Amino acid sequence: METSFAITGKGYVIVAADTTAARSIVKMKIDEDKIKVLGPHLLMAYSGEPGDTVQFAEYVERNIRLYQIRNTYSLRPSAAASWVRRSLAESLRSRHPYSVNLLLGGYDTSSHDPHLYWIDYLGTISEVPFAAHGYGSYFALSLLDRYHNPEASLEEGLETLKRCIDEVSKRLVVSPGKYKVKVVDKDGVREVEI
Amino acid sequence: MEAISHAGTVLGVLASDGVVLAAEKKVTGKLLDLSVTKDEGKGYGGSGEKVFLLNSNVIGGVAGLTADANSLLNYARSAAQRHLLTYNEDIPVELLAQRLCDLKQGYTQYGGLRPFGVSILYAGYDPHYKFQLYHSDPSGNYSGWKATCIGANSGTAQSLLKQEYKDDITVKDAVGLVLRTMSKTMDSTSLGSEKLEFAILTLDPETKQPKAKIYRPHEIDALLVSEGLTKKEGEGDKDVEMGK
Repeated sequence: METSFAITGKGYVIVAADTTAARSIVKMKIDEDKIKVLGPHLLMAYSGEPGDTVQFAEYVERNIRLYQIRNTYSLRPSAAASWVRRSLAESLRSRHPYSVNLLLGGYDTSSHDPHLYWIDYLGTISEVPFAAHGYGSYFALSLLDRYHNPEASLEEGLETLKRCIDEVSKRLVVSPGKYKVKVVDKDGVREVEI
Repeated sequence: MEAISHAGTVLGVLASDGVVLAAEKKVTGKLLDLSVTKDEGKGYGGSGEKVFLLNSNVIGGVAGLTADANSLLNYARSAAQRHLLTYNEDIPVELLAQRLCDLKQGYTQYGGLRPFGVSILYAGYDPHYKFQLYHSDPSGNYSGWKATCIGANSGTAQSLLKQEYKDDITVKDAVGLVLRTMSKTMDSTSLGSEKLEFAILTLDPETKQPKAKIYRPHEIDALLVSEGLTKKEGEGDKDVEMGK
């Protein structure tokens, strides 16, 4: 089942999401990218109701791009997260709410620090040092409690992420096979292999 | 534009660690009731003619038709609060200037309505470009400045500023520069709280958040004393006494 993780460290945020697109008990696709690059220093992993996820993620992506074009500079992670949260909260109170859960990771280029936001379909937001969505979160959060270090280098961060992925593969009945991992830091966004 | 060239001078100087704004009050006189502005602890300071708090990170100085300015002021505050509601952050200074300029431009385009006869100086802080100073005119043009001036005698003041401005000026020096320039450009010979509005925007050393301070009349007088630009004894004081 769908699982996504995110970890902050010294000057970076790692965002990871599994790559399976499933319908009922059938895997339809095993190389789906569920992490959107919203800006030069902003990443968003999305999961939830298939269809809603992509629709909402594209809506967010384009609105954030529009802000960037209109105002020459892009939204800071905190402002983007607040806007996304509000969009979800408004959607929840509409006739057809989106059921999408998000992990929003970004590097604030004006204050030079990484930020990670955990957002769910009810419009809950919280800024956290590490986060997870989906069944994997039940295994990963306790592991991250033990191993997360906010001052860790990127290598150490990726090592911790691997622990989470291995634990989920080991214990979860319906564990996902592959993950896509992206990192955002002062140099921008890039994909890394694990 | 005509109204602005007769309006009281408003002067702004951008420093490395803050922004300084000063304005010349035109509506004065011994019968004017200034009691509201003298009250301690009420409002955010200032006498409310030319210098206003637009948002916690932006101070605005206006020159032109006061009624138009009040309407724009209301619009600016709404725009700033709307931004705070959607993005949970203080509105970036340039964005606020843009919002007002979009409105002002609209009135130059559509027939039947008269444009706002107001120029505005925006002194503000945001994390993107730190301290900033913008100027917008009635047509909806805006531009960023290191030091600028609007209102009567703005040409003279501007050339004085051009001579004396240094790129690494501090707030402390900027205060002096603003007050000296102001005293040279104002019509009256005496400089005092009844003719002057004054505000500075700095960063709070503890919270690192922008801190706007609009001076109260007695604070302006104290500042003038410390800068050695005290008004001449006599008339000025009497006006204040009788104004009560």
